[in-house]
Amino acid sequence: MNAGVNWTGYKTIVRKEVSRILRIWAQTVVPPAITMTLYFIIFGNLIGRRIGEMGGFDYMQFIVPGLIMMSVITSSYGNMVSSFFGAKFGRHIEELLISPLPNWIILGGYVTGALARGMMVGTVVMLISLFFTRVEVQYPLIMISVLLLTSVVFAMAGMVNAIYANKFDDIAIVPTFILTPLTYLGGVFYSISLLPEFWQKVSAFNPIFYMVNGFRYGILGVSDVPIGWAYAIMGVFGVLLAGLCLWLLHRGVGLRS
Amino acid sequence: MKFTRIISALTLRTGTQMNALQVNNLKKTYANGVEALKGISLDVKEGDFFALLGPNGAGKSTLIGIVSSLVNATSGEVKVFDASVQQQRSKAMSYIGLVPQELNFNQFEKPLEIITNQAGYYGIGRKIAQQRAEKYLRQLQLWDKHDKISRELSGGMKRRLMIARAMVNEPRLLILDEPTAGVDIEIRRSMWEFIREINQNGTTVILTTHYLEEAEELCRNIAIIDRGEIIQNTNMKSLLGTLDVETFVLDIREPLTAAPQVDGMEIKLRDEFTLEASLPKQKSLNALFESLGNSGIHVLSMRNKANRLEELFLRLVDKGGKS
Repeated sequence: MNAGVNWTGYKTIVRKEVSRILRIWAQTVVPPAITMTLYFIIFGNLIGRRIGEMGGFDYMQFIVPGLIMMSVITSSYGNMVSSFFGAKFGRHIEELLISPLPNWIILGGYVTGALARGMMVGTVVMLISLFFTRVEVQYPLIMISVLLLTSVVFAMAGMVNAIYANKFDDIAIVPTFILTPLTYLGGVFYSISLLPEFWQKVSAFNPIFYMVNGFRYGILGVSDVPIGWAYAIMGVFGVLLAGLCLWLLHRGVGLRS
Repeated sequence: MKFTRIISALTLRTGTQMNALQVNNLKKTYANGVEALKGISLDVKEGDFFALLGPNGAGKSTLIGIVSSLVNATSGEVKVFDASVQQQRSKAMSYIGLVPQELNFNQFEKPLEIITNQAGYYGIGRKIAQQRAEKYLRQLQLWDKHDKISRELSGGMKRRLMIARAMVNEPRLLILDEPTAGVDIEIRRSMWEFIREINQNGTTVILTTHYLEEAEELCRNIAIIDRGEIIQNTNMKSLLGTLDVETFVLDIREPLTAAPQVDGMEIKLRDEFTLEASLPKQKSLNALFESLGNSGIHVLSMRNKANRLEELFLRLVDKGGKS
């Protein structure tokens, strides 16, 4: 199949995904903006004043990277899982399955759509944070690359969930019982140094912990883990999930009889 | 695309047309153990208008699913023109347009959006995609609905939308899985005209339908599939030629209490004003009317009990079931 066909197909999937995100903006962009505003007011402003400094920064400044990352993870994952499962449930995924597009283009198109939502929401949350505190980005390239890689990893995790899901309940289980606890325990609201040694070791098994810290390093210049670890974890998960998604699409698991 | 059409036309004229579809010893057993296809083989020539008939659960949709890569075959091979569906999926799919039995478009999108997106999946740029979408929506009398949410369209409009979508990549092989189900007769006939014209322009058409009148009206060749096996694969004319007995329903003027006896024909009394006459193919209708006239029976009107293909279909499928 020639590159022109693949490129046009890719653009079409991305356009379709982005127009879906914008069409239902009240479900895609507004809720995280409201939730994060409440986090900034309650945790950052009201409680944060009593907490004082963390990691050498105001508590409000400290939680900004974590809250941005939390909203990006939730949005990227949520976009992929709802859009792909919706297409599967409504059977319009067949439009793509019968087309000449290879699986990697389908995966790439949907991941880019999820990435677009992640970046939109991340930008909105960052702008909201500016109403509450000053943020000076220390390493812009690290900040952007960690954000993009995290979004891609969770988009692909969302696709795996969507492929295996048979009903709408199945797409709520992972975010509720796995994603949210891992995010809250991933150092969004605290530095790992506050935890007892045992829980510090347990946290080391949480991939979100590395991503949040990688992003915090990009913005504030501080991190509980070396930045190389964050990239390594994201790289490994990225490669594994990409391989898994392509294998599932190739086998037609949950998609082809 | 035009070049392909010219080549198609030339090969048709020179009689060297290739197979648009080639199915070899195709088997499909689902995970629950159901054997949907038991090693079927089938060829459809380029340019053909081909009917694929069979009762519910016969394996038609499984076959179409495998051809369009929505179902994985257990064994066997399927080729669309020169490309194997299993080995060269992308190339094979680029030749196909599919109108499935079930609605499978996003009902929250608009028809124009649905069709232009589908074109994009085939590598067709936005500008040409929109021109084609308009062309096919107009031809299928849907242009005035192009900006409406698809969910609001009627059942017949949704079916026509799927035909327009299947045409946007101007496929060499158009597969229609019960395209006129639930569509009123007027729209159905206009859809027939549209599909017939598509076929005359060089596109090979494979049609499955429960309206046997539709298959008889449109198709040149036919395969009947039953319980995962092909029980008949021939051209429509020779199949209809095998029909040795035809049954007519006669409405009569005066009431009868018993069916009249006519030599060489079987006549039944359906009710006091209706007779059912089964005639061997070699018997003339004049003989029937003469005998009825001699018995003082006045025939007001007459019609076929079932259409010819329907009679044959029922016999073939019934025979398959009893064997």
